[in-house]
Amino acid sequence: MTLGERRNLIKGLVFISPWIVGFLAFNLYPLIASIWFSLCDYSVLSQPVFLGAQNYVDLWHDPVFWKALRNTVVFAVVAIPLSTFLSIGLAVLLNQPIAGQGIYRTIFFLPSLVPAISLAILWQWMLNGPMGLVNNLVRPFLNIINAVTGSHLQAPDWLNDPNFALWGLILTGLWGTGQAVVIYLAGLQEVPAELYEAAELDGTNAWQRFLHITLPMLSPVIFFNVLMSIIGALQTFAVPYILTGGGDGPGRSLLFLATYIYQNAFDYWNMGYASALALCLFVLIIGLSLVTVHYGEKKVHYSGR
Amino acid sequence: MSGRLVLEYWEKWTGFERDAMARVVDDFNNSQDRIFVRFLSVSRIDQKMMLATAGGVPPDVVGLWAINLPSYAENNALMPMDRLVRDAGIREEDYLPVFWKLCRYRNFLWALPSTPSVTALHWNKRMFREAGLDPEKPPSTIAELESFNEKLTRKNADGSLAQIGHMPQEPGWWMHDFPSWFGGASWDGGTQLLLDAPPNRHFFGWLESYPKRFGGPAMFQLRGAFGNFASPDNPFFNGKVAMIMQGVWMNNFIKNYAPAGFEYGVAAFPEETDHPGAPMTVAETDILVIPSGAHHPKEAMEFITFVEKQKNMENLCLGQRKISPLRKVSDEFVKNHSHPYLRTFLQLANSPRAQPTLALPTFKEYMNDLTTYVNLVLLGRMPAEQARREMLGRQQKALDSKLARWNQVAPVRVSRWEAEVQP
Repeated sequence: MTLGERRNLIKGLVFISPWIVGFLAFNLYPLIASIWFSLCDYSVLSQPVFLGAQNYVDLWHDPVFWKALRNTVVFAVVAIPLSTFLSIGLAVLLNQPIAGQGIYRTIFFLPSLVPAISLAILWQWMLNGPMGLVNNLVRPFLNIINAVTGSHLQAPDWLNDPNFALWGLILTGLWGTGQAVVIYLAGLQEVPAELYEAAELDGTNAWQRFLHITLPMLSPVIFFNVLMSIIGALQTFAVPYILTGGGDGPGRSLLFLATYIYQNAFDYWNMGYASALALCLFVLIIGLSLVTVHYGEKKVHYSGR
Repeated sequence: MSGRLVLEYWEKWTGFERDAMARVVDDFNNSQDRIFVRFLSVSRIDQKMMLATAGGVPPDVVGLWAINLPSYAENNALMPMDRLVRDAGIREEDYLPVFWKLCRYRNFLWALPSTPSVTALHWNKRMFREAGLDPEKPPSTIAELESFNEKLTRKNADGSLAQIGHMPQEPGWWMHDFPSWFGGASWDGGTQLLLDAPPNRHFFGWLESYPKRFGGPAMFQLRGAFGNFASPDNPFFNGKVAMIMQGVWMNNFIKNYAPAGFEYGVAAFPEETDHPGAPMTVAETDILVIPSGAHHPKEAMEFITFVEKQKNMENLCLGQRKISPLRKVSDEFVKNHSHPYLRTFLQLANSPRAQPTLALPTFKEYMNDLTTYVNLVLLGRMPAEQARREMLGRQQKALDSKLARWNQVAPVRVSRWEAEVQP
């Protein structure tokens, strides 16, 4: 290494040193510490007592852990495809050259600016069984169905009924699709217009152009958004926590892994068990991300390659 | 403030409750020139105090709840106060027994009470009158409560509930203490949860009767239409629920939010079996503690001693419109107190049958599970027996594991505490 190169290296290290320090102190150390704590009985104030794999054995036999895991996975499996389809659809519609395009784009983006806590409080009222806005919209349709079929369908009590609470949360999640819509819109601007012109000359219809040009050209953006959504969905915490007033929801239907970690760490002071749970979540996120990358990348069309 | 030792005091109170303590703090700061108490209102104080203590920078005095004591004491988050209290001349006999009991755990004194409360039945007299009941005669047994409940409940044309006489989940804050009104308790104070005991079976059976009589979803639907507690839409004020269990503070909310001319009564909550004579209640109290590792425990105790003096305690409790934890209550306190049922609450707090609220080392886990299972039973989604058994299995295991951890550290910790509290 020449003197100049060494100087450059030192300068580079100095410039990135705040990040290195932050990474070591707030990422790497907690990660390593949590691996150790997950093998201990640790209540924060007392010295950790080594337990071996006991926390993991307990976790395996803990029905609440499995319930939280199930809720987390079901939420991710349903919410991610739903929000992906919805946001791509909205992005395509908002990409049409019509009057007031900018206004429509702003309107759809605005809800994603609402902070998670405010969003949850707002949706507590929207999803209220007897008085909520959602049920006031649903009831006229149910009345028609009941009148026609003679059935007795009732609007769900979203946040009190274990069968509907998770669906209520999924509905809440769709409120924030504006962020993804903006990213898809940016992706749509990158699709070369000549591809559409050539396809039109070949006599394709709009659906064929969407399927064979828009989607492949948008696939890197879809891949990125889906990957980020998987990570985000598995870490779901704030909205269900506020929606349930810090609880688990009816029949634990809104208990997520992140909430269960929080409860064990800061409500029950079982930091060792919380660390074991956190590592399971970490492995789950890493695993699903790797699977997504492995299978997703094969389907992604990079125009530069 | 310059040249004075600064004591950090964290409290959970906000609004008028905070203001009442702020006046006491000002009085203390003006009463001497050596110590200055810096008073800070802190949200989620139990968590922040624990983390500050773990970080080695605890405040000097903290206002917690008595239910925090067992887990905080076992986790070494608190300083035993026996010696400090003794040196300050504070005596057990100065306090109503139930509040003193709430400050003790594993034979050590960990706190002194600040503002206490006892629970009682509150009933809406107008609704009693409309249902053909004597508005001056509250139910005295659970059977009577339920017979009144039937009379006070009204349904809409579509079968939904328009109002209900009583539902256990409104407000549901003392679900863990309910077995007391069935003649039992949730915990034996040692190693065993008592969920298998007859009083707990009766309690769960009582819960199960609600969805059978009123419909689980119908009750939750009615509850969904309730407004905020601190608002005119509180279901007790707007005639949706006729009988509730509440504490002494309820009168503040009635004054602020109930419609003009709102008539209500307060009495001991009905028990499963009639007990003429001394009434039963469950007591709880806010407390003042000194965290483990606090830098100025002596000065912290000086401040707490000031708060515990009868005059200052009465100022605080009057400001917060609560009862006093002290045995002696001045005539001025009774005269100036705005609660129309103060004497009922004082009688309940003085009753030999007043019981301390459940103070379990696994309290939060227990409460979380209890809320889940009780709601499933009240919704009619789980039989009471299954809920009780599952709850017992999970929570006994949680308690066993907490006790096992305690047993590992107990010899060292207890001997250190004993040394700390020696004269």
